Amino acid sequence: MDGLLADPSAIGFVEVHAENFMVDGGPQHRVLDRVREAWPLSLHGVGLCIGGAGPLDAAHLARLRTLLQRHPPAVFSEHLAWSSHGGVFFNDLLPLPYNAATLASVCAHVDQVQAHLGRRMLLENPATYVEFSASTLDESGFLAEVVRRTGCGLLLDLNNLWVSCTNHGRDVRASLAALPLQAVGEIHIAGHAVEQDSTGAPLLIDTHGAPVADPVWALLADVVQRTGPVPVLIERDNNLPPLAGLLAEAARADAVLQAARQPRQEAA
Amino acid sequence: MHAMQAAFAAALLDPAQPGPSGLRSWNGSRTDQRLAVHRNNVTVSLVDALAESFPVVLALVGEDFFRAMATVFVRAHPPQGVVLARHGDGLPDFIAGFAPAASLPWLADVARLEALRRQAGHAADATPLQSLPPAVLAVLQDSALAMQLRLRLLPSVAVLASAHAAVSLWAAHQADEPVWTVDTSQPESALVLRPDMDVLVLRLPPGGAVFVRTLLQGLTLGEAAAQALAAAPDFDLGFNLQLLLQHGAVCAIQLPGEGQP
Repeated sequence: MDGLLADPSAIGFVEVHAENFMVDGGPQHRVLDRVREAWPLSLHGVGLCIGGAGPLDAAHLARLRTLLQRHPPAVFSEHLAWSSHGGVFFNDLLPLPYNAATLASVCAHVDQVQAHLGRRMLLENPATYVEFSASTLDESGFLAEVVRRTGCGLLLDLNNLWVSCTNHGRDVRASLAALPLQAVGEIHIAGHAVEQDSTGAPLLIDTHGAPVADPVWALLADVVQRTGPVPVLIERDNNLPPLAGLLAEAARADAVLQAARQPRQEAA
Repeated sequence: MHAMQAAFAAALLDPAQPGPSGLRSWNGSRTDQRLAVHRNNVTVSLVDALAESFPVVLALVGEDFFRAMATVFVRAHPPQGVVLARHGDGLPDFIAGFAPAASLPWLADVARLEALRRQAGHAADATPLQSLPPAVLAVLQDSALAMQLRLRLLPSVAVLASAHAAVSLWAAHQADEPVWTVDTSQPESALVLRPDMDVLVLRLPPGGAVFVRTLLQGLTLGEAAAQALAAAPDFDLGFNLQLLLQHGAVCAIQLPGEGQP
């Protein structure tokens, strides 16, 4: 934090997990106050369970509203996933089948969140490792329909997209083309680990523990040509390098965004 | 959908569970191996969170023992809510009953101290009383009246009373404390509080733990002193009171006859 404050211009915004700040008092809130003095804040939830089978947790929704009132963010986002069941929180983003029933449920949950918070939210595409025979829609089509029905935005996680397409033998360009790119409000990029499934095919794991991989950088350059410049977050939660290493990645992302900005300015 | 998530959830905590039916993979590769990615995510992330919250317990038993113990704990006691600031509050009691740790009878209390420190860090903010108000000073002139004062302590205040030298063991793992030989059989108590942004751990003299706990129940100074004296005949009221005031543990003082603050 102090290292970042030495040169606030090195980054454009700060994103934190909302749940880490759902405490009564203390240094956590002091940190967010300092962040908001220097940068726009993005609050990123991991616990709403928008893809859960049951109703949303009213107490959690209330905590979220309190947090957003105390630290008004520029952006609030959550995941197309579930993370709790039977009152137990698993601290992981778990996959769901994509069909008419889950679409209706996810849309109802997004509607409820946006109404309760009084703002538009962004929904993030997940990194997944299994698929369901109960699925009748592809992921891009599912997300496009959620965006269309609820008016929410898309948090496009390009590492998740690359991981999921690799893990399920999907064409990443086709998956990207089927997403509602006009609704992208933020982009995530991150690193992953490469393992193998039981047939020896690559099984990518979304670890946030490595530098951003080359295919993900290529996707970023491709996408921002179509979306124009949007906020890009580098996610790194594990195996942290020195700050300089992260800032170098941020500078690289900035250069990609600048390149996307260029033609638009010429056109104007 | 509900049945699928129930079966999925069960398999996350128990490797012997098969997981939901209807999982598939594009190339016919084994879905149980793919499901195991999530099981690993759940266990590792929850164990990592405990390692971060209980660094002294980890240092005392070593990384391998800690992770093995924490894995058993998180599978038996997964978080009951999404706010992980409370994840592991049950770890001290679990350690107390964990047979492989039975040879380390002080370990549960070290964990208790670390849990109390974390709770104090996240407790509601409150401003410590800077000086005694004139009305309180007036009451203190009359020792009988003074015993009817009630002290409201900071929301972060908590007490550890250990039958072991848990405070010294913890302190020996803090960078700014000199390391000395610890007689682990020595009972120790500590006051945990956060007057501003930093959590403090203060050793409490004999009777101090009972004194503070009684104050926390909202009883009067006289009642707290009587219970502390019953627990420790050499309890020193003036010293304990001074300790609380000097370190900013008190945020308000209620005069005799006033309602609950």
